Amino acid sequence: MWLSSSTVGRKVVMSISGLFLILFLTFHMSMNLVALFSAEGYNAVCGFLGANWYALVGTLVLAFGMFVHIIYAFWLTIQNRRARGNVRYAVVDKPKGVEWASQNMLVLGIIVIGVACFHLYHFWYNMQLQEILGKETADVAACVLGSANDLSGVSVHDGYSFIVATFSNPVVVVLYLIWFVAIWFHLTHGFWSALHTLGWNNDIWFNRWKTIANIYTTLLCLGFAVVAVAFYIKSL
Amino acid sequence: MEKTINFTLRVWRQKDAHSKGYFEDHKMEGITGDTSFLEMLDILNERLVREHKEPIVFDHDCREGICGMCSLYVNGHPHGPEGGCTTCQLFMRKFENGSVITVEPWRSAGFPVIKDLMVDRTAYDKIMQAGGYVSVNTGAAQDANAILIPKKVADEAMDAASCIGCGACVAACKNGSAMLFVSAKVSQLALLPQGKVEAARRAKAMVAKMEELGFGNCTNTGACAAECPKCVSLSNIARLNREFIKAKLKD
Repeated sequence: MWLSSSTVGRKVVMSISGLFLILFLTFHMSMNLVALFSAEGYNAVCGFLGANWYALVGTLVLAFGMFVHIIYAFWLTIQNRRARGNVRYAVVDKPKGVEWASQNMLVLGIIVIGVACFHLYHFWYNMQLQEILGKETADVAACVLGSANDLSGVSVHDGYSFIVATFSNPVVVVLYLIWFVAIWFHLTHGFWSALHTLGWNNDIWFNRWKTIANIYTTLLCLGFAVVAVAFYIKSL
Repeated sequence: MEKTINFTLRVWRQKDAHSKGYFEDHKMEGITGDTSFLEMLDILNERLVREHKEPIVFDHDCREGICGMCSLYVNGHPHGPEGGCTTCQLFMRKFENGSVITVEPWRSAGFPVIKDLMVDRTAYDKIMQAGGYVSVNTGAAQDANAILIPKKVADEAMDAASCIGCGACVAACKNGSAMLFVSAKVSQLALLPQGKVEAARRAKAMVAKMEELGFGNCTNTGACAAECPKCVSLSNIARLNREFIKAKLKD
């Protein structure tokens, strides 16, 4: 299978799974923005994404996409380190025009996935997972790190309360903001790089894609950040 | 009066492919600015020979920037920090008086060190042998209007063909990937009618060979194009990907 046996094929898998994850983030960000305007609206979206068959299929597809992206990332990195050889240069000077992010995608990815686990524990574990297990209320005592409200007893359908509780904790808010910065760096390279790998690029589109990637990623991360900060300010 | 500079040259010495290498410092004095980097090494080697020491081994041939033989990773850049030129076209006036100039060989598993600063680049020849040619005789040059090719396409093919196969792209790449080289060689033919016929087979064969020889996967950092002495564009890699994906989808 050329998607695993050839170097370009493996990169195609990285590109397509990466673009899929960007699409997911776009949906997620749009959904979060609803919480700024309407608690009922947000909970309606949460209800739609509960333990229904279509939401579960969506979750599985998403998990598969993430899994493939991560496995391939480590696989490619191991191969690339081997290709680089054991002896490193004594003097290294970054060439002009090379993005910092492009050379640190794995590290950025590990930060992104690390905080994502923490995030899943806050929301997904309390909501969809509990619903799948047939429970009606969250069973985690609090939002970790102390200061947040006690969440035990909150309905698994009440996503809005989880947001309010989570982002009342300044430590969590700062952690999330760091997370968005890591995502920003990861996507500014990943977005145009994915299209380049798929062959959809040339000398003219090179700068266009980079600009589109920067604008899109910035809007995406700002959308996430606005919700986190707004709920922290509300909690004061 | 031409400026002269004094500096310390820190050179990588390695007895053979299997020995452990080390850096050796040499004091260089009164080197004139119009000395090329390779001439400076010649001056040092002549001194080493006079002192009955082993001269430093480095690759070189035409010394006018077209053969692709010279290499050298100078102060953290393949072909030195100047950009857009090969090591043989790099002049000592670009360096500061009293500085330390570090010279290393290309470091990549695909290009093992033979001795000192010389690396084995036959991997590139093998990739070329895998399909970097047109397999029928296309005859003598045609009249310019016999086969019409848009100016833009001709220019792009010519720019890709300017690749001299020196290996700076692999040396610069943190992934040890040879994609810029392979993409330039695929592009220079795929863009023109004589090469287009075999484009799919060529892309598949050359990519497969590149991988077999242990070069890494491209992550589009762009370090290769930034350090290329012939300024070969990163867009060639997109074209190679396109050719390769099209060929695989057709299979």
